[in-house]
Amino acid sequence: MHDDDHHHHGDHDHGHGHNHAHGHGHDHHHDNRYTDMQARVKALETVLTEKGLLDPAAIDAIVETYETKVGPRNGAHVVAKAWSDPDFSDWLKRDATAAIASLGYTGRQGEHMRAVFNTPDTHNLVVCTLCSCYPWAVLGLPPVWYKAPAYRSRAVIDPRGVLAEFGVTLPEDKKIRVWDSTAELRYLVIPERPEGTEGLDEAALAALVSRDAMIGTAIASTTVARAAE
Amino acid sequence: MNGPHDLGGQMGFGAVAPEKNEPIFHADWEKRALGLTLSCGAFGAWNLDESRHVRENIPPANYLSASYYEIWVRALETLLDRHGFVMKSEVDAGHRQVDPAVPKRVMKAEMVAGILSTGGPCSREVEAVPVFAVGDGVRTKNFNPSTHTRLPRYARAKTGVIEAVQGAFVFPDDNAHGKGENPQWLYTVVFDGPEIWGEGSDPTLTVSIDAWESYLERL
Repeated sequence: MHDDDHHHHGDHDHGHGHNHAHGHGHDHHHDNRYTDMQARVKALETVLTEKGLLDPAAIDAIVETYETKVGPRNGAHVVAKAWSDPDFSDWLKRDATAAIASLGYTGRQGEHMRAVFNTPDTHNLVVCTLCSCYPWAVLGLPPVWYKAPAYRSRAVIDPRGVLAEFGVTLPEDKKIRVWDSTAELRYLVIPERPEGTEGLDEAALAALVSRDAMIGTAIASTTVARAAE
Repeated sequence: MNGPHDLGGQMGFGAVAPEKNEPIFHADWEKRALGLTLSCGAFGAWNLDESRHVRENIPPANYLSASYYEIWVRALETLLDRHGFVMKSEVDAGHRQVDPAVPKRVMKAEMVAGILSTGGPCSREVEAVPVFAVGDGVRTKNFNPSTHTRLPRYARAKTGVIEAVQGAFVFPDDNAHGKGENPQWLYTVVFDGPEIWGEGSDPTLTVSIDAWESYLERL
């Protein structure tokens, strides 16, 4: 027996760990060569290195960049500054790429930034239905769910249903604007500043801004955002 | 192309499953897959649009059951083979068999910070003036090319409004196929939810796409 037919898509996020029974010649989910991704990627790296096409230390440097330097704390800094400084907020609206670059956040998948502001009337939600476009320079690498079919398919047709799965319920009359990142513009949601935060400085405000709040699948709150997000 | 990647509005994928305290990577091979994809991109042999199109061409059953890093690895193998750097048989064997093509550059560790912080801007200067202005009503074209496009199926033959003129950008439909960058004006076009989803859809919803000028017709 093979087990292809009950392969649930909720599991598909973890490319490692597939454990199909093979050998019947009708595996329609995977080529055999991709059942062991660790080995496949190692082989690719070995051949490229043998050919002088790869510096393995460059991979380490790339990984270190996104593990330690480029992540959602960058975006939270942008949001906190927008909440604290009306001139910066105006600049973000006019020219988000330049305003964000002034804080030192530039580069890959942040070349053409747009900031979209939540208001009492409108909630913004960002998706890439066609692939996985995401503002790396301010949010780092996208989470698995952002790249997976459930979110990409439903954000544009059922955003309230999607938000409910993140524990967010908006008032019925609040407008929802979904931004599908079909080109090279990358969208950063500026959440509404929570009530009761008047006395907080930028660092304290930034701690209230989660990654998800900058995608639009959460709202900023006075509960401190998890640093791990 | 109407590939497996064009997911907007499809159904049956279940609930979104956000992971609490999600790690940046779920396995070591994902780290290497990220690094390999970015390193090999620096060869200068293909562009972002070609790499997206290769991912779209992964057979639907494979695409939809793969993690995104697996999609990247599959596409990278195709690109490396197509451009003469690594044959798929070499990956199967795990060792070099033939001499590779010569890349424009190989990404060394000391180049990483510069390359990542510079990125690859896709905006271009054009002589043409934009055909559309903010507030214009437009209709997206109805087409079904077998080649690369960034006009999603759900947004074809729909009526919307130009909300912003975003500048001129490399045209992916051409650039993915080696036909040149041919930059065009890019617009943010906003649609009412019911225009796209019809009967019973959320009246509070609006959806926008970023659309190249040739995707649009004046109302």
